[in-house]
Amino acid sequence: MAKRSKSVPIRVLIAKPGLDGHDRGAKVVARALRDAGMEVIYAGLRQTPEDVVRAALEEDVDLIGLSILSGAHMALFPRILTLLKEQKAGQIPVFAGGIIPDEDARRLKKAGVRAIFGPGTSLEEIVSTARRLARGAA
Amino acid sequence: MSGAAGLPPAARAIRQGDRRALARTITAVENGDPSAGPVVRALYPGTGRIPMVGLTGPLGVGKSSLLSALVGLLRAQGKTVGAIAVDPSSPYSGGSVLGDRIRLERRADDDGVFFRSMASRGEAGGVAASTREVARLLEAAGFDVVFVETVGSGQADVAIREIATTSVVVLVPHLGDEVQTMKAGLFEIADVFDVNKADLPGADIAARDLSDLAAMGKTRDNWSSRVVRTSTTAPSGIPDLWEAVLAHERFLDETGARVAGERRRLAAEIAGRLRDRVGQEVTERLTQDAELRRLLDDVVGRKVDPWSAADRLYREWYDRR
Repeated sequence: MAKRSKSVPIRVLIAKPGLDGHDRGAKVVARALRDAGMEVIYAGLRQTPEDVVRAALEEDVDLIGLSILSGAHMALFPRILTLLKEQKAGQIPVFAGGIIPDEDARRLKKAGVRAIFGPGTSLEEIVSTARRLARGAA
Repeated sequence: MSGAAGLPPAARAIRQGDRRALARTITAVENGDPSAGPVVRALYPGTGRIPMVGLTGPLGVGKSSLLSALVGLLRAQGKTVGAIAVDPSSPYSGGSVLGDRIRLERRADDDGVFFRSMASRGEAGGVAASTREVARLLEAAGFDVVFVETVGSGQADVAIREIATTSVVVLVPHLGDEVQTMKAGLFEIADVFDVNKADLPGADIAARDLSDLAAMGKTRDNWSSRVVRTSTTAPSGIPDLWEAVLAHERFLDETGARVAGERRRLAAEIAGRLRDRVGQEVTERLTQDAELRRLLDDVVGRKVDPWSAADRLYREWYDRR
């Protein structure tokens, strides 16, 4: 009890929806967020949108990060956003990383994905964006 | 629901099965948010009735996979399950990677399971400071069984016994010879020993060593520890493991050891809460209160020794007898 840190850690869910098995990026990001002092719930591979939303609600996370390299983002991400809204959890910010073409990224942002990181994004940028989103800033 | 009137709204919602209210209250408990106090207090009277099963053991022995397998078994029996899995917090950043959900296999629409990951947040011993309160919240939410999976434990990490009604110590083959099993600590708290990864060579020897250990003496409650073997890759032994847990739970009821254990755990909890509070107060006052700072100066200057300083504070503040 006495050792409990005064500041409350940000809780973030990192999940990989879709069927590709390339989880290196998700792991690198999870590790970076850990090193930034966040509690990262790493849900791993092949999560359905329903799995992601259930994990986010049970774990009461401040933020959701999705990694995808399969190309199924246009089907899966809007579904996750819809499910979150149905559960009255639409306020939980969602960010994404992976191989997402610019045109798709624009449409996903319009649909409510708050940030999208392509290949080559620095970990510093991901961490600072994650922190900003979790704290409720735009 | 009877007796629900007068409860704080969050407590009522948790009792009525509102999973969001449960998840949010767990967060508040973890964060030491004062709003959680009235909720956990209001729910306390309805707790202490179900099996609280601890899964502990060194890192990598397969605790999370076993937890998933046990959840599957109990769901197939129609039982509802609350589960807490604790992983360590970084001593450097305070951050944490909570990776036990990966192993969980269940249908996303199954409300009969609630799984929560917790970071240890600097607490030693294998669980977080608030894990016990979170386990109670899961019971209050109506789950039939609650599991607590600890941080990968070392030989001296035995805090789970302050929460669990049945402690399962999970091991694997080749962790050491039988002298290891004679050492104090982890091996003493096992109500059930599980040799997991029993498909690997050496499982027979490990199980035999543990059976020998169990035959040498009984646990504190006078229970003879059971030894089971499991594998989660080619699933085997999971029903045996659960049956061993239930055998211990029956033993607790038949002998009165459940009540005795509960008294022991709660006495330790009260003492612990008081110790935390007093410790915090004294620490604060030694840095903030002018008179106490002078006392600390004297101890630093070797004019007063720390024993005498503690005696003086105890006499002045707490000795009311």
